[in-house]
Amino acid sequence: MRPSFRLPLILVAVLVATFSTGCTNAQLVRVKPWERATLTEYAMNPGRDPLATAMSEHVYFSRETATGGRGVGGSGCGCN
Amino acid sequence: MSPRLKTLLALPLALACAVFARADLKVGDVFPALAPAGVVALSGSDLPSTAGQVVLVDFWASWCAPCKASFPTLAKIHTDLAPRGLVIVAVSIDEKPAAAAAFLKKLAPPFAAVHDRAQKLVRQVGVPTMPTSYLVDRTGKVRFVHEGFHGDATDRQLRREIALLLAEKI
Repeated sequence: MRPSFRLPLILVAVLVATFSTGCTNAQLVRVKPWERATLTEYAMNPGRDPLATAMSEHVYFSRETATGGRGVGGSGCGCN
Repeated sequence: MSPRLKTLLALPLALACAVFARADLKVGDVFPALAPAGVVALSGSDLPSTAGQVVLVDFWASWCAPCKASFPTLAKIHTDLAPRGLVIVAVSIDEKPAAAAAFLKKLAPPFAAVHDRAQKLVRQVGVPTMPTSYLVDRTGKVRFVHEGFHGDATDRQLRREIALLLAEKI
């Protein structure tokens, strides 16, 4: 291959790889507004069972000495 | 630059344009026809006649809480302005027809409800959020777009815009 062709070909290869393999921001798979039916189902709510949530909190607190990491200020490090 | 090289460079550029091109419906665009998109009537037997009318096309789903909140407001607007020539078309984008039917049975809207079974119309339009409504003038062009439902503020704005469009003659 002639050296004058090498650089443009590399450029083309990089561009094709970028735009055709899902590496661009625009090609990222996003859930469209009309595709959110499953996400709104009850089973998709992580806080749907208060008892299970309380137990998880207790486990975090007693085994990892960490509490309040679910939306409450502070992460258990005692630094706030 | 040789023609071969030009072709090689044009290919990724075309790909880039295809990737970044947005097909979302904007103000000034002609609203797509309902029937060719496979939209079918949910209430009544036929699709509503929209030719030469001021049309409010509202995209909703049974799982969308703001959509549910918007229906009483749309019903009032329909009651007040349908005699003056407003047509409201509520387009369900539910994947489950039974869910849409149950929603309609509960809320019983006085305006036309249709179903975008294959979600073809909603993809074509590219709604930015749920619900989104498009106010279409008598020539079939989108004049106003409402994203979401914001209670009385949306109600006031819709009435103002609808009155403006109803006053226009073709």
